Amino acid sequence: MKVLVAVKRVVDYNVAVRVKQDGTGVELDNVKMSMNPFDEIAVEEAVRLKEAGKASEIVAVSVGPQKATETLRTALAMGADRAILVKTDAKVEPLAVAKLLKTVVAEEAPDLVILGKQAIDDDSNQTGQMLAALLGWSQGVFASKVETGEGMLTVTREVDGGLQTVELKLPAIVTADLRLNEPRYASLPNIMKAKKKPIAEKTPEDCGVDIAPRLTVLKTEAPKKRGGGVKLASVDELIEKLKTEAGVL
Amino acid sequence: MTTLLLAEHDGKLLSEQTARTLAAAAKLGAPVHVLVAGAGVASIAEAASRLDGVAKVLVADDAAYAHQLAEPLSALLVSLAPNYDALLAPSTANGKSVMPRVAALLDVMQISDVIAIDGTTFQRPTYAGNAIETVTSSDPKLVVTVRGSAFKPVGEGAASAPVEAVAAAGDPVLSRFIKEELDAAERPELTSARIVVSGGRALGSKEKFEELILPLADKLGAAVGASRAAVDAGYAPNDWQVGQTGKMVAPDLYIAAGISGAIQHVAGISDSRVIVAINKDEEAPIFQLADYGLVGDIFTILPELKDKL
Ligand SMILES: Cc1cc2nc3c(=O)[nH]c(=O)nc-3n(C[C@H](O)[C@H](O)[C@H](O)COP(=O)(O)OP(=O)(O)OC[C@H]3O[C@@H](n4cnc5c(N)ncnc54)[C@H](O)[C@@H]3O)c2cc1C
Repeated sequence: MKVLVAVKRVVDYNVAVRVKQDGTGVELDNVKMSMNPFDEIAVEEAVRLKEAGKASEIVAVSVGPQKATETLRTALAMGADRAILVKTDAKVEPLAVAKLLKTVVAEEAPDLVILGKQAIDDDSNQTGQMLAALLGWSQGVFASKVETGEGMLTVTREVDGGLQTVELKLPAIVTADLRLNEPRYASLPNIMKAKKKPIAEKTPEDCGVDIAPRLTVLKTEAPKKRGGGVKLASVDELIEKLKTEAGVL
Repeated sequence: MTTLLLAEHDGKLLSEQTARTLAAAAKLGAPVHVLVAGAGVASIAEAASRLDGVAKVLVADDAAYAHQLAEPLSALLVSLAPNYDALLAPSTANGKSVMPRVAALLDVMQISDVIAIDGTTFQRPTYAGNAIETVTSSDPKLVVTVRGSAFKPVGEGAASAPVEAVAAAGDPVLSRFIKEELDAAERPELTSARIVVSGGRALGSKEKFEELILPLADKLGAAVGASRAAVDAGYAPNDWQVGQTGKMVAPDLYIAAGISGAIQHVAGISDSRVIVAINKDEEAPIFQLADYGLVGDIFTILPELKDKL
């Protein structure tokens, strides 16, 4: 089984993101960037499938600027075999990313594509589902467990109220949720090895995909700030405040 | 101009998320049709027809929709789409699974997790709620998911909208339902509860979580939430996770016990009316947004709070 994993370069999850004064977006200068945490889980799952003898080859793909090669190197260091960068400095919406990934799927013919369930920058939670739609493939999104079978996958999904298990016909799309696995840290020898693994580059034009955004962002604002409250001395005082001042009990 | 809203239900009851999404749909200013898709869902359709602001209920009663699988459900929505200018669903696990599929099939860029609508502009949180974007769409149709906690549910009346059966759109049979393991719904639902009690890593074990958090929640008639750390450690089930990548809550009262207040957790609670934090570290970030803070040990404070209520 050949596996494709999609990875995105995003602001590191530890960074406290600030909105620009002029409302045109968020401060991205000199901010630490990392692989989207859900994509790390996706890569880890692919690597585990390979280690278990279920996957034959892992191709990592990213849509983004030249610097996204760093993210791809991380995927290679974790265990992907080679990588593809669809290079663009433009802001690419999930629909366009899905269209670009579709062209990569057409070339690479994987049996399974694993993506993170959402990117922690735009929080859209769309790309995997959109790719499944454009390919006419089955989807197992928000996966917390993946088991392989003959021509199919069994995926356990995190849904409202608990877990749902579905069987997917291959080829299929899986998106990773937090509990799917705990991603490894790449070892130093593997980081060194990853430097020699190939990264192919192409552009959205090469793919023949129009990536013009469909949404216009009119402004970006900081959320209403909650005023920090008071510290109370005792449980009695808390109950009193909740009953009288706040009126919530 | 008509809006189609995908009803959220569990096969037995209509979820309150539908009434909340209706409130959002009303802001588009067009008549709203509600689609109830499932197997044996006549009573759910009837319940939907009584919600304020529903012009018509469409029922697709077919085994293919019994488990809300995205492949057949998106095909159904796409078959109905020519009659609609906007397709909406709540940002539930189902909505998030189905709607992007619909959007891609219609060549539309979905607007995810909307928290406010003003005519043709939409507000949505990004970066764990640290940046609120106001967007408009240039697509010929809208596909939108709605964060229920940002909208008050519409009311319910006696007048019922007409209920009309619609044909199933065929099942591509790409996936098959195997099983479901759902918690017995003995407590209020997290995303619509009036009070939420959440526990964090500090609980230390599943036993302690159950011993300290659950009785307090039950005494308050509250829903139970958890931080990711508590869920990852197995103290609480997955779907109790509150935060950026879990559930968004907006209760009147949110009690965070032994939770530090990481950005990702705070993203899910900042619309709560009153936040109470109990933490032994007085520097914990959760105190920056809590209305009332108690610095101290949850192992003594939680039982005391329960007993004194
Ligand atoms: C991609 C991604 C997505 C994430 N999504 C979410 C999400 O949706 N929701 C979420 O919650 N997190 C999420 N996280 C995790 C988040 O970053 C934090 O790690 C997590 O919220 C921490 O949980 P916690 O507050 O329970 O644990 P900790 O940060 O370890 O805090 C424990 C707190 O308990 C206090 N404490 C310890 N003992 C006691 C005691 N006896 N009495 C009182 N207080 C005590 C400590 O002072 C501390 O403040 C996500 C992370 C990533 C990378």
